[in-house]
Amino acid sequence: MSAATAVDREWKRYSTGERLARFVVYLAIVAAVVASIRTVEVIPDFILDAPEQVADLLKRMWPPDVASYPQEIHAALLDSLHIATVGTVLGVMMALPFGFLAARNVTPWLWLNWLARLVLIATRSVNTLVFALFFVAVFGPGALAGTLAIAFHSIGFVGRLFSEALESTSPGPVEALRAAGAPGASVISFGYWPQVVPAFWSLVLFRWDINVRESIVLGLVGAGGVGMALDNALNLFQWPRVAMVLLAILGVVIAAEVAVTYIRKKII
Amino acid sequence: MAWLLFAVYFVYALSRLELTPARFLAGLDYGYKFLTKLFPPDFHRWDLLLKGLKESLEIAIIASVLGLMVSLPVSLLAARNLMPAWVTWPARLVMVICRSFHPVIIAILFVKAVGFGALAGILALTVASLGFLGKLFTEAIEEISLKQVEAVRATGAPFMSVIAYGVLPQVFSRFIGFASYELDSNLRNSTMVGIVGAGGIGGTLFAAFQRFDYDFVCAIILSIIGMIIVGEVLTNAMKKVFRA
Repeated sequence: MSAATAVDREWKRYSTGERLARFVVYLAIVAAVVASIRTVEVIPDFILDAPEQVADLLKRMWPPDVASYPQEIHAALLDSLHIATVGTVLGVMMALPFGFLAARNVTPWLWLNWLARLVLIATRSVNTLVFALFFVAVFGPGALAGTLAIAFHSIGFVGRLFSEALESTSPGPVEALRAAGAPGASVISFGYWPQVVPAFWSLVLFRWDINVRESIVLGLVGAGGVGMALDNALNLFQWPRVAMVLLAILGVVIAAEVAVTYIRKKII
Repeated sequence: MAWLLFAVYFVYALSRLELTPARFLAGLDYGYKFLTKLFPPDFHRWDLLLKGLKESLEIAIIASVLGLMVSLPVSLLAARNLMPAWVTWPARLVMVICRSFHPVIIAILFVKAVGFGALAGILALTVASLGFLGKLFTEAIEEISLKQVEAVRATGAPFMSVIAYGVLPQVFSRFIGFASYELDSNLRNSTMVGIVGAGGIGGTLFAAFQRFDYDFVCAIILSIIGMIIVGEVLTNAMKKVFRA
């Protein structure tokens, strides 16, 4: 008897509830996509015309204006790199305290955790460009606004990942230090810090890589760097120069990625 | 030694960028005035606000789906364990180029190419999604176990069946995770591409900034943050359903 019922039993990978949940998600995605496509304001003629227009744009861009590189692009590109680096350093310095405050196992007060998390979420949700608009309004156009924009937007990203790294540390060394009567600063620098150093450096490098890309667009809102050269060339319809700026950006971004991979291998 | 070099560079960079304490302090004064102008936020023109947010949301959803559809085949072509080198290199090159440019820069080019409006934003974010999703997908595909692929191949299955039954089941849940991450990131960027005229709330935001309409700016930014947080909660729920 029991053998017969065992044969009848159907093997299912997921429970009914799980399958239902998946179905709901699929349904929601399809509904969202259909609703978006039906209501978005896109002129069909523009879609049909797009390949021709893109081809025309590329034709205008060729050949790139190599002569303009040493004149104005090079210095602006270096400025962008400086903005990215200084912004990352400032951002990390501001992020560390919030990272410590947001980690439950480091800061035992729940309200402080939530306050720090709120700061991290808020800075992460406000785009670098929005921060740049703010700081351009406050400090005037230029690299200072861009650097602060990069720094403030980095707080959320670095702080959140850092607090997650802190929360996954082993409590052993920390308890040992506490039991020995070590003061708070020593607990942090000898108990937590050595455990999160690799994670810390890898996320700083990762953020720097992202910031190099972000520092390039900042110029569009007047916050310094190579984006301003791009904006000028675009406004004057100097397409060969635009192409040169884009090529230079491509070179810098790829070089930054290679550098990050190399440094990561060396120190981690 | 490396530290000393970096410190020297840092000071040099600070001087290049004219980051002086005097300028910073002067700014703080403006900053205070600025903050007082931001609050309280002005939600009077909520219809304009909602229209922009809706368009941003539409751009993000359509661009994510298109990006997903494009990056699946490209990442299969770029996977070194499935394809010969002469196929993987061009596919990888395309992804590197797409990833190197910030979505807003791609958006400028598309605005020039296809005109102002949501279409430029959709195309720009699709290209950006191809860069990121393609890279993550390719890495996931390269980590699969080839035993199952060989088993499917040994039965004489055609190429598409090998992909559908040997490769995709192994990477499906990671793909869901990456795709929901990309949806989040597209949602953030779709609120920004409007700055260069590619549709969405960004255009409204930029216009409000230029008209010094700061209390409306504050309302827009608060709603963007709200939308992004809701989006994050939803994609996290989705990830939980798929255990990604």
